[in-house]
Amino acid sequence: MKPITIDRLSISFGPVRVLHDVSFDVAAGECFGLVGESGSGKSTILRCASMLTDIWDGTVRIGDQDVRKMPVAERCRTVQMVFQDPYGSLHPRHSIRTALDEGLRINGFDDREARLAQAMRDVGLPVEFLDRYPHQLSGGQRQRVAIARALILEPDVLFLDEPTSALDVSVQAEVLNLLVRLQQEKGFTYLMVSHDLAVVDHMCDRFAIMQHGRIVEVLDRDAITGGGATQPYAKQLIDASLEYERAI
Amino acid sequence: MDPVLDIQRLSIRYAGAPAPAVRDVSFTLGRERLGIVGESGSGKSTVGRVIMRLLDTAEITADRMQFEEVDLLNAPEKKMLDVRGKRMSMILQDPKFSLNPIQRCGHQIAEAYRTHVKCSKSEARARAIAMLEQVHIRDPERVYDLYPHEVSGGMGQRVMIAMMLLTDPDLVIADEPTSALDVTVRLQVLRILDGLVRDKGIGLIMISHDLNLVRAFCDRVLIMYAGRVVEALDARDLDHAQHPYSRGLLAAQPRIGGTREPLPVLARQDSWLEPLEAQA
Repeated sequence: MKPITIDRLSISFGPVRVLHDVSFDVAAGECFGLVGESGSGKSTILRCASMLTDIWDGTVRIGDQDVRKMPVAERCRTVQMVFQDPYGSLHPRHSIRTALDEGLRINGFDDREARLAQAMRDVGLPVEFLDRYPHQLSGGQRQRVAIARALILEPDVLFLDEPTSALDVSVQAEVLNLLVRLQQEKGFTYLMVSHDLAVVDHMCDRFAIMQHGRIVEVLDRDAITGGGATQPYAKQLIDASLEYERAI
Repeated sequence: MDPVLDIQRLSIRYAGAPAPAVRDVSFTLGRERLGIVGESGSGKSTVGRVIMRLLDTAEITADRMQFEEVDLLNAPEKKMLDVRGKRMSMILQDPKFSLNPIQRCGHQIAEAYRTHVKCSKSEARARAIAMLEQVHIRDPERVYDLYPHEVSGGMGQRVMIAMMLLTDPDLVIADEPTSALDVTVRLQVLRILDGLVRDKGIGLIMISHDLNLVRAFCDRVLIMYAGRVVEALDARDLDHAQHPYSRGLLAAQPRIGGTREPLPVLARQDSWLEPLEAQA
């Protein structure tokens, strides 16, 4: 279990400043949510902190290490990411075995066959599925594979970028249950982006509300129903979600 | 009052597909709001597309598929050109992909109008601007001249609604009209659509994967699973849904302030694939 510390993270794409001095901490073993409307910079934080983009300023520390100074292999064994769209994040012409094995091979893990089987069992898929291709799986099964690919390297921190928004509610329930169970079993620290406050309320201990590349407010889970938000935008977002849920 | 749409035993098989995507779906629609709910792949959007006659390669069989006086099974394409976009129209999921990126928003709305109504350009423009006002766009003159990439998702979807309602259709099919929108604008867009549909007495088919949304904005709900309607009921009775699939869908939704217990998961059963005797 490792904590995450993000300090004054900023990034610009051309003339556009996308993140403005974003700072927050995530405790070890915590599930922390990032909420906000599209374009507010939620996913960009994950992409910066995982070094998928490296043109940012500021510091990101995982455990006691600066992600910029970590060797690539070590970084990948510490942080893994699950992307939004399971249809787009698996190589269509690689079997599940190839997709999962690649990380093991690169990182020189031994006993690969057993690890592959264990990863499939961890996410509740039959081991025979290793020889299937992504198009032979449903959306929920693909997202399980994406989660298996993330946890096969035994990371400490998982970045979840809208892990269920491309899935049906029925399948979303399965994937959320799986994420909760894995966190309990393996003690992951989760940093999760979502636009759905109901999902955040179900999963996260604390969450940050973002707007225009800034963190408006960091709140406890209880603040959603307890009215703990003090900033106008945070209130507006929570009220809109509550109203949506009540209207419905 | 005569139904706007009357569909009996509709089955659809995509060209080359081993099994039909939709089987034996029957319903009638008056000037009311009907929700069609189901998971991805349950055939709900396919039904919407077939009503618009947008699937020309699929094999379609039905005992009856009637839109007002038009027999949708046999009407020639020439007739459909007259009906589609004028008397029935469709609102798609994502304005980013369904508006023409290289035409100004207002032109697209005016074009939709001029395709069906003979009038001058300036009259079409005036109509489009009036319609933009009706979808609560504050500065319609300005928005008229914007390109789709210059408007937000919620505004884009309102442009789409304006375009689709401008010809005063009798039937509107909304296919996941708000699932691409942020929660802060979702309700606003739904209310605008709902208000217009009620004021103009339009028959609405709302296709959605979200049972709760449909409960709030529809009068009746069809629940589809694997191409069949497994249950049809009044939206207000949704809590008393009988079918285990409907109940499973309702329970799987996380709620704000919920218990954080593991969410109930659907235990799919083969018996759900059999037709039910109760149909609307």
